[in-house]
Amino acid sequence: MNEAFIFDTLRTPRGKGRPDGRLHEVNPVDLLAGLMQALQKRQSLDTAEVEDALIGCVMPVGEQSGCIAKTAALRAGWDWQVPGVQLDRYCGSGIEAVNIAAAKIRSGWESLIVAGGVESMSRVAMGGTPGPRDTKPEMVFQLKPVPTGVAADLLATLDGHSREDVDAYALRSQQRAARARANGYFAKSLVPVTDTNGITLLDEDELIRADSSMEKLGTLKPSFQAMGEIGGFDVLALMKYPQLERIRHVHTGGNSSGIVDGASLLLLGTEDKGRELGLTPRARIVSVAAVGTEPTLMLAGPAPASRLALKKAGLSIDDIDLIEVNEAFSSVVLRFISEMKVDPEKVNVNGGAIAMGHPLGATGGMLIGTLLDELERRQLRRGLVTACVAGGMGIATIIERV
Amino acid sequence: MSSIQYHQDIDGIVTLTIDMPGQSANTMNTVFRADYAATVERLQADCDKITGVIITSAKKTFFAGGDLNSLLAVQPSEKAALFERAQSMKATMRQLERLGKPVVAAINGSALGGGFELCLACHARFALNDPSIALGLPEVGLGLLPGGGGIVRMVRLLGLESAMPYLLEGTTFSPDKAKTLGLVNDTATDAEELMRLAREWIKANPEACQPWDRKGWRLPGATELAPASLPFLRTAPVQLMKKTRGCYPAPMAIFSAAVEGAVVDFDTASTIESRHFVGLATGPVAKNLITTFFFQMNEIKSDKGRPTGVPTKRFSRVGVLGAGMMGAGIAHVNAMRGITTVLKDVTPEQAAKGKSHSEKLLAKRIARGSMTEARRDEVLKAIVPTAEAADLNSCELIIEAVFENRELKARVTAEAEPQLAQGGIFASNTSTLPITGLAQASANPERFIGLHFFSPVDRMPLVEVIKGQKTSPETLANALDYVKQIGKTPIVVNDSRGFFTSRVFGTFTKEGAAMLGEGVPAALIENAALSVGMPVGPLAVMDETSMALSLSVKRQTEADLAAEGKTMAHHPGWDVIKRMAEGLNRPGRAGGGGYYEYPEGEPKHLWSGLAAEFGKPGVDVPLEDLRDRILYIQAIEAIRIMQEGVIECARDANIGSVLGIGFPRWTGGVLQYVNMVGLPAFAQRATELAQRYGERFAPPALLLEMAQRGERFA
Repeated sequence: MNEAFIFDTLRTPRGKGRPDGRLHEVNPVDLLAGLMQALQKRQSLDTAEVEDALIGCVMPVGEQSGCIAKTAALRAGWDWQVPGVQLDRYCGSGIEAVNIAAAKIRSGWESLIVAGGVESMSRVAMGGTPGPRDTKPEMVFQLKPVPTGVAADLLATLDGHSREDVDAYALRSQQRAARARANGYFAKSLVPVTDTNGITLLDEDELIRADSSMEKLGTLKPSFQAMGEIGGFDVLALMKYPQLERIRHVHTGGNSSGIVDGASLLLLGTEDKGRELGLTPRARIVSVAAVGTEPTLMLAGPAPASRLALKKAGLSIDDIDLIEVNEAFSSVVLRFISEMKVDPEKVNVNGGAIAMGHPLGATGGMLIGTLLDELERRQLRRGLVTACVAGGMGIATIIERV
Repeated sequence: MSSIQYHQDIDGIVTLTIDMPGQSANTMNTVFRADYAATVERLQADCDKITGVIITSAKKTFFAGGDLNSLLAVQPSEKAALFERAQSMKATMRQLERLGKPVVAAINGSALGGGFELCLACHARFALNDPSIALGLPEVGLGLLPGGGGIVRMVRLLGLESAMPYLLEGTTFSPDKAKTLGLVNDTATDAEELMRLAREWIKANPEACQPWDRKGWRLPGATELAPASLPFLRTAPVQLMKKTRGCYPAPMAIFSAAVEGAVVDFDTASTIESRHFVGLATGPVAKNLITTFFFQMNEIKSDKGRPTGVPTKRFSRVGVLGAGMMGAGIAHVNAMRGITTVLKDVTPEQAAKGKSHSEKLLAKRIARGSMTEARRDEVLKAIVPTAEAADLNSCELIIEAVFENRELKARVTAEAEPQLAQGGIFASNTSTLPITGLAQASANPERFIGLHFFSPVDRMPLVEVIKGQKTSPETLANALDYVKQIGKTPIVVNDSRGFFTSRVFGTFTKEGAAMLGEGVPAALIENAALSVGMPVGPLAVMDETSMALSLSVKRQTEADLAAEGKTMAHHPGWDVIKRMAEGLNRPGRAGGGGYYEYPEGEPKHLWSGLAAEFGKPGVDVPLEDLRDRILYIQAIEAIRIMQEGVIECARDANIGSVLGIGFPRWTGGVLQYVNMVGLPAFAQRATELAQRYGERFAPPALLLEMAQRGERFA
């Protein structure tokens, strides 16, 4: 069997996902195409060798519609022999793109693939089009879906995490991200976004608040209280979790992932193909996993997904040196740490989406790149990336430096 | 604030009068930008004390637009600085627009480009109702885009679909039309009313704000899903490509900036516009267009090539010999400009037929509603058809436009010349025959000159003015005055066989024939020419101009050269032309067909026999070579012509090649194209082409010398 190797990891900086964000003026096709051009340039890549482009995108409508993977490859001036596919596993899309790439490579059917994701949340708003799960009455009655924020509050309530707990975690994310940015830990994967004149629009993550504090975080209003209490979703959640008296709405804009624009791209392939093209393998994909979890709580997937990936690899959590758990909400990471009994000092060591933002489809690819860069910097061996996924899913990938 | 006068009246209204010192017109230069920013800062500081702002001009025009000298000079290495400059100017305009006080433009003269953009950044616009005032955004014509918010505001005022023609074509409009479009609020009959309207508007709208800054504003014409109708978004860019073949970056950038800008907020749209502006302004095509169609064209318009010290001459009576297509066309343009024209041919019937050409052209105008019957009658009255040489009496200029035959030309010259008014001049409309030779038939060769018109005369803007050896400076000055009087653009060339335009054009068509002879598929030849921006493929052109005719001209030339003891260099194109015209009896359209077939009532199509006749298996000439050959061969010929002293400055070659023979406009003309490529790079590529396709591509000595010295064609 062929091992699937990672040759390169690239990402854009994350720009504030609002009209005054620095990447708002770049349409999502160009965001992704820019990374493709950068990859081609820095690896002197003959793009005709790339057998597929797997791109996660969670809102594939409007400017992100029409198989953005293929459109971006053409826009980047890549060889037209490269096909592309857009895929959606909600917040797990970017990791899923890498996992499918690994599976294709290990099957022997393909030997060089790019995988990643793109999301311009300032241009195509999250939830901007109605999904059946949330808007078809029959499904609402049957499935009792709640918004992710209410689910995050439910998770915190179940785990007994207070507002202070989740804010403390958020502050840690800000401080770690600020330190990593200042020390250039992101530099290896980070590709500045430029315009067609070569003028830089953004060269580092825009959202990080280095001056954040518990006081500042404490002043923020809960983001999901109104929709939970007035919107009725709390009742829906309590129908599933009758052991609770009420949902405590602890999540705010400060301890939830930020809305941002960005893209990520990884180059993966077989050892032989790498040798043929002069590409240096940096890591191999050890194992991958995706699981379903209880759909109303929705966000408890990282631990079970990680356990499954570890089991497939014949490893235990103690064999993992560094972990990236997508910081969709503080409570998601706190649940993972307690459930997996893992040293918090191994988790999200350079901050995460709370500080830097979560460009839905692009996040997974960004996390894998950040993890690999940090493993290399610290001269460590194995890493795990995992994310909670809407609808009640979890996803995980284990990588190992070579 | 030397260029903007700041005056506040008792009502609290501030009038800003733009009056740039030392300039006849206001332009967007460093001085203005600094003064404007300072003025807006002052308004901001005085905000509590003012009720509104009026912007007007102390010049004859309101504002002329961008500073093309600085835009021409800006280099790709200065992109970041240019971007900042554009952004900072826009920030000032935005600051004024968001002052919270009504800002009104009182447009008391033409406002173009940056000038009109200043107006668009006001809350209301009033203009003098004077049809000679031009408003609009003509930047595209010089390869630029309205980089002062013009795209963003026009799109937001009119909607994408309605704004695009004014942005993409640069069409200017009168104040009256602007009112219809909704771009000015109202028009005024005089300056006093103009200011009154502005004041009244300020009083009626104390809290003015732009529509796009109001809550709930929606882009006109936008749908739920897209900034314009999907059919428009899908087809309009395609139509643009069909028209420009991708050779013109400006309309493409304008379209991109407009659509991208329409899906984001105002300030982001404005930034996107700046980025496209920077790309265009630092790119080669804008430099080409500004060099040739602004600076060099202005040199021609300001009589740069005209001998000095000769008083300007106005022509009121002109004779034209030969009432064929060219003669009739010349008579028509004369009559349109009020010049009485005696149109002489051999018989009264033939002369009358020439006049009927004008009748047809005018009838079309009347049908379109662009001319009155009274005006038509006036124009027709100016054309006097005749078969009598005596009717040419007292003409100030006689132009012969008879067949290209030396004996015939000599005869009509001798017959007509005595009729000239005192001090009158005689001109030949020959396209190829040397003027010095034709002048031998004249009693006054110093008053004999070439005036080479192009067909169809009423539409082609160029006249190639040819100096014979003996042509006097006065005659040249008079001839240039005439060309200017009839609204055409002159270029000046010295005498030589084929002069400038016919020689250059001949290299284009012969190159097409040569390619066919090499076995290149005909469709590929035609498409290669179209892809670099030639309006018509070389094979189609040869069909129209008749290969039999070119052959006879060629043989005449050979005979002439032989008489001088010279021979003509062999060109492979002639073998193909000879085979077509004589061997295959396909001399062109008039002869029943040529490279193309012309089926009755159907579109023409390439002759199916071409592949069998000229095709060669395994021929694979790269498209890039075909494209380069088409442009290079013409440019190289132009350099040779300059080397021979036939053309003295680049402007005549540039303007002549684009206006006369369809050399692609984006290049800025034959010699500007060489400048764009860079003389050393051009010479190197020419050498490569010479090795592959023949000595005719070898770089002329002049090119090599200039490249060596680091010079450019000017």
